[in-house]
Amino acid sequence: MFYRESGQFKATYAEDSEIFPIRQDKIGIAVILAIAFLGIPLLAKTGFLSDYAFTAILTPFLIFSLAALGLNILTGYAGQLSLGTAAFMAVGAFASYNFMLRIDGMPILVAFILGGLCAAAVGIIFGLPSIRIRGFYLAAATLATQFFIVWCLTKVGWFTNYSSSGVITAQKIMMFGYTFDTSFSKYLFVLSVVSVMALLAKNMVRTNVGRSWMAIRDMDMAAEVIGFRPVRTKLMAFAVSSFYCGVAGALFAYAYLGTVEPEGFNLDLSFRILFMIIIGGVGSILGSFLGSAFIVLLPILLNMFTHFLDSSIGVDVPSGIASSIELMVFGAMIIFFLIVEPHGLARLWQIGKEKLRLWPFPH
Amino acid sequence: MDEGRKIGEVILDLKNISLRFGGVNALTDISFDVRQHEIRAIIGPNGAGKSSMLNVINGVYRPQEGEIVYLGKHRHDMDTYEAAKSGIARTFQNIALFKGMTVLDNIMTGRNLKMKSNFLLDALYWGPAQREEIAHRRKVEEIIDFLEIQHIRKTPVGRLPYGLQKRVELARALAAEPSILLLDEPMAGMNVEEKQDMCRFILDVNDQLGTTIVLIEHDMGVVMDISDRVVVLDYGRKIADGTPDEVRSNQDVIDAYLGVAH
Repeated sequence: MFYRESGQFKATYAEDSEIFPIRQDKIGIAVILAIAFLGIPLLAKTGFLSDYAFTAILTPFLIFSLAALGLNILTGYAGQLSLGTAAFMAVGAFASYNFMLRIDGMPILVAFILGGLCAAAVGIIFGLPSIRIRGFYLAAATLATQFFIVWCLTKVGWFTNYSSSGVITAQKIMMFGYTFDTSFSKYLFVLSVVSVMALLAKNMVRTNVGRSWMAIRDMDMAAEVIGFRPVRTKLMAFAVSSFYCGVAGALFAYAYLGTVEPEGFNLDLSFRILFMIIIGGVGSILGSFLGSAFIVLLPILLNMFTHFLDSSIGVDVPSGIASSIELMVFGAMIIFFLIVEPHGLARLWQIGKEKLRLWPFPH
Repeated sequence: MDEGRKIGEVILDLKNISLRFGGVNALTDISFDVRQHEIRAIIGPNGAGKSSMLNVINGVYRPQEGEIVYLGKHRHDMDTYEAAKSGIARTFQNIALFKGMTVLDNIMTGRNLKMKSNFLLDALYWGPAQREEIAHRRKVEEIIDFLEIQHIRKTPVGRLPYGLQKRVELARALAAEPSILLLDEPMAGMNVEEKQDMCRFILDVNDQLGTTIVLIEHDMGVVMDISDRVVVLDYGRKIADGTPDEVRSNQDVIDAYLGVAH
């Protein structure tokens, strides 16, 4: 009834190839952006949102979304399975740290971009096996990235500026004389970066470079025959994906944790991000955000639920059991999605929209 | 056949092609040529090496011996990228579309070699990148009109019936504006109406766009009707080559493939 595109005609191809061709979608995204950029700051100013909401929910949600977006480019769009996401994030974080540390007056955004480029370079190197192998074998090869990078950052003192514990403390985020030091300002900073990068990713996947990735994913032989070059296409996917993960890693260190050690970027983190895209939707920009929201929110909701049990019925759930329940729910969700809806929450959303076009009349 | 259609010079000449996989001789000493604007059919029983022949032409397989002369350039073997770049497009026996993408995107991939924009401009989707994308879209829409698939342009190809998928694959090949189009069993598994449509499209492509066509097909009615010359393969060897009438009356071809009515 409300979600109908009848009467909306496209007179030019430019109009037809907009990101949100349907008016209702345009309004929807405008509302979401308005809430994110204006509504939430307003709520924060009036005291409705605590610091906790920013440090524990919104900022990590956005950063994980960006990392999931990076992995989705590689796995969802280009079809190359990777278990090295956290390693690429680590490269981004530590490279940005070193650029800031060693070059005087380095602007923070430039450091992030350079950090991302370092991650892209590492991505290309560790993406080389994809030229010859695919699927599970490639996943196993990318595991090497994970272990090698973490080992390298731990063993080579230069990367952590010879800190004895291996922990680095990220410098302050300063831009145009303004210091992003409150959780609220960091949120706005992350939000801006993530919004811009999500837009760029969407543009890539709807133009030739994105089509080359999907062509390689769906039928590499045919892609080669019509003129896509597999080696270049796959390495490009590794580079762009790692760039995204690298920037996410830098944000992870600078805007979320503040202090990080190489071990913080372990295999667990890689798997978490892989789960995000499986649950959110493989091969979907929206899915990266949905998956990230799900995985960031689930522990918090479970926590609230156990608290509720404790306070209302008096069932005391030991914290050990609560975190085990969290893992079990994750496991069950992943199996559920792999079987029932391999395209994740994003596909459910799409199906919902298709249903909504007809609602309330079935025909 | 159309009176105005002129068959020109030889544009593709295959000389003494031999292809082996381990101990299996897929193709043995095969020579034939393709002239500009003609419809050249390759026929033969299953396993005769027809698809291998197409794979040699566009560089998927590299023959051990032989020479490929294409547009005056002599080569020992083709390279897939070079073949695509120099105007060879093809469809596959088992549909090789990109299943996760829409019809429109599939056809747009066919134009990738004509796109100049790089990924940074694509990411910004601004100025030249956007103009280029839209210019190619316009061209793709012409092909969509030509093949009468307007109604499915935004459908993911995985959801389409077989006959339409075959048509989309033809559209993707045409999007490259090829000078030679290789069609591997374009009518396999189709009903009579779909076959008629496909024949019409092939003839139109040949006639209106001037595209040279090399086609593998098992439907002898179709082959004899639309092709100018036919080459017959059996067990990786060439057993006949000529006009449909010559081939039809060739005793070797009758023995190996066509058979006789009892």
